[in-house]
Amino acid sequence: MNKDLFVAGHTACAGCGQSLAARLVINAAGPNTIVVNNTGCLEVFSTKFPESAWEVPFLHSLFENAAAVASGVESALKYQGRKDSVNVIAQGGDGGTADIGLQALSGMLERGHDILYVCYDNEAYMNTGVQRSGLTPFKTNTSTTPLGAKSTGNPRPKKPLPEIMLAHGIPYMATSSVGFPQDLQRKVKKAFSIKGPKFIQVHVPCPLGWRYEPQDTLKVAKIAVDTGLFPLLEYENGKLIGVRKIKPLPVEEYLKTQARFRHLLNNPGEIANIQSLANANIEKYNLRIEEVTAEKTVQ
Amino acid sequence: MKEFIDGSIAVAKVVKLCKPGVVSAYPITPQTHIVEELAQLAANGELDAQCVNVESEHSAASVVLGGSAAGVRVYTSTSSQGLLYMNEVLYNIAGMRLPVVLTCANRAISAPINIWNDQQDSISVRDAGWIQMYVENIQEAVDFHPIAYKLAEHKSIMLPVMVCMDGFILTHGIESVDMPSQEQVDKFLPPYKALYKVDVDKPMTLGPLVDPDSYMEARYAIQETHKDVLKMIPEMAAEFGKIFGRQYNGLIEEYKVKDADKVIVAMGSVCGSIKDVIDELRSKGKKVGLLKIITHRPFPAQQIYEALKNTPKVAVLDRSVSLGSYAPLYVEIKALFFGKPKKPKVISSFIVGLGGRDITKDSIKEMLRLLGSKEKSGEFIDLKPELLKEEFSYE
Amino acid sequence: MFGPLISKPGSSRKNKTGSWRTEVRPKFLQKNCIGCKLCMLICPEGCISEGESKVFTGDLLFCKGCGLCAQVCPKKDVIMEKEDAAQDKAKG
Repeated sequence: MNKDLFVAGHTACAGCGQSLAARLVINAAGPNTIVVNNTGCLEVFSTKFPESAWEVPFLHSLFENAAAVASGVESALKYQGRKDSVNVIAQGGDGGTADIGLQALSGMLERGHDILYVCYDNEAYMNTGVQRSGLTPFKTNTSTTPLGAKSTGNPRPKKPLPEIMLAHGIPYMATSSVGFPQDLQRKVKKAFSIKGPKFIQVHVPCPLGWRYEPQDTLKVAKIAVDTGLFPLLEYENGKLIGVRKIKPLPVEEYLKTQARFRHLLNNPGEIANIQSLANANIEKYNLRIEEVTAEKTVQ
Repeated sequence: MKEFIDGSIAVAKVVKLCKPGVVSAYPITPQTHIVEELAQLAANGELDAQCVNVESEHSAASVVLGGSAAGVRVYTSTSSQGLLYMNEVLYNIAGMRLPVVLTCANRAISAPINIWNDQQDSISVRDAGWIQMYVENIQEAVDFHPIAYKLAEHKSIMLPVMVCMDGFILTHGIESVDMPSQEQVDKFLPPYKALYKVDVDKPMTLGPLVDPDSYMEARYAIQETHKDVLKMIPEMAAEFGKIFGRQYNGLIEEYKVKDADKVIVAMGSVCGSIKDVIDELRSKGKKVGLLKIITHRPFPAQQIYEALKNTPKVAVLDRSVSLGSYAPLYVEIKALFFGKPKKPKVISSFIVGLGGRDITKDSIKEMLRLLGSKEKSGEFIDLKPELLKEEFSYE
Repeated sequence: MFGPLISKPGSSRKNKTGSWRTEVRPKFLQKNCIGCKLCMLICPEGCISEGESKVFTGDLLFCKGCGLCAQVCPKKDVIMEKEDAAQDKAKG
């Protein structure tokens, strides 16, 4: 195996999905990669002075500007005539990408910079204490959408980040999950074979914020995909070229794995709402494994 | 060679001569012409830079941060709201010790929204760690940009520099300017060699999280470096003089201060008007003078002290105010004299020309007239009482 | 003058996160291993390595005891066993 480009000694929680995903991404990207990272769990646990877990050049500026800073790095490489031999990754959490960072990301995509943006989606502002973000799923218990007499959790559905990215007309857009590590690495390599702005959203369970035992990170990630709640999709030039087909599990199988959804388990109405979200995905992306036809199953 | 030239065009042209590799800015009046001219120069093939048309000032500053961190010379420009919008990035750039050069077209800050000139914008970011210089005319605006790059990129300094020029007055004014040649700039300003950068040939981590055990030293280092900047600016200005033929001290300019009874302290284009008033009053036998501050950060306390320690009365002219307290320059002038063996008998504060209100010769004379034996701690000049009322009413 | 500004690559290795483990540690049985290397792939610390062919070990200086390796092994050749006093002395 090639040398690890994201090494041990970082202070991520045991079983952190994001730390694993970051390691998979940079190992797939290779040593000729510059990483620009938003503030968040990943940056905090991997670069506390004077210890850095990164074997590649790494740049951290602020919470919401990785896409813009990366645009500057990419422009500098273009000016130096070196862009063709160096990969540029801009990355951040769901907060730094879809909320406070959406403007800079949109600008980067619109201007067509040759950068891969990776969003590590753990579905809340984890680094600051599990506050709700625009990518927090419907009815999740977070610290700013807590349960109470007047609340059953986050009242809004997940912001459709993949669709927003696609609307920018970029050459490559994919969703992935840390539960499918080889698929994630394949998508990173695929992205770097294409010039222009690329986007990959990675679903990364968080043992602390989602409240489950650390060893279940991959299991939880897989179930999310297998319910249809987090479909694995791959788009090239706006066309859907691949999905991970599933034998859909009922959403309850996913909800019962994490205490952040525990309050929903005795509420069939809420479960039905969430099931309809999953069903909508299954329908829209044709996720169900067909018994008869020989459609390609993407691993 | 001498040209009759618009301020924004002149700045764009000298920036082009400094050969930045990444240029990124977001338009805001009155900075727009600088960036439009740079875009035109790039489109013509005269400027070999990546021009990144970003979607906001926050991103403009972030793009030049990234470009500088990748080891390339960069440039940006903004004003007022834009400067405030990129505020956190400014602190970031200085804290990361990146040699960014930014032209601030000084403009008032909303609300109320006002596009005309005062200095509240650049004054309000004076704590960020940037070197800040205020130019009096378009010649200075041109000359201080190569100085800014050379200063910023010096291996002992590595701090960003903000060249502040009064919006509209200088950006849209037309003056006779001795434009430098490419040869002169090349002789004065060597190519940028980064001390640290993101580069796959030598990986490192920039912008780490720093905890209470290490943060203070990072800030102390910048504070100490600003002391080195104070020493270095006159040296660089002298070197500039040898190559370009124009002499600056770089920190301050004393205009008929030596024997003056009354001296005005000011920054920016108003100094030109003040000099005219001083000449006029001197011809009538009045002993008045001007202390122009060019470098506001780092604050040249020692130089100002030496210049004014024997002056009986000093009027500090601020084109900004720290609402709820004193005017910013006034506070620093008062502070530097505290506890010193010699100091002026009177140091008065005058707040003038906010939101582009004209500072006329009469305004300046009014200030000198009001500079009496009693100190004034914040006198607004040319105020219109008819626009003020004690209680709000719809009428 | 310069203060804390940059960090060297890979310098996190100074931080021995193995001291975090309180309950369990991985044990590689080396009985049913098929050499799929999934354990190496999915360790968030990247501390699993292959010695001889199909002999995998987790670096206990860094292993946080998360248990992902045990869970992902298709042949159940990795189990999580209890930390105990004697083993604690050994890890140092």
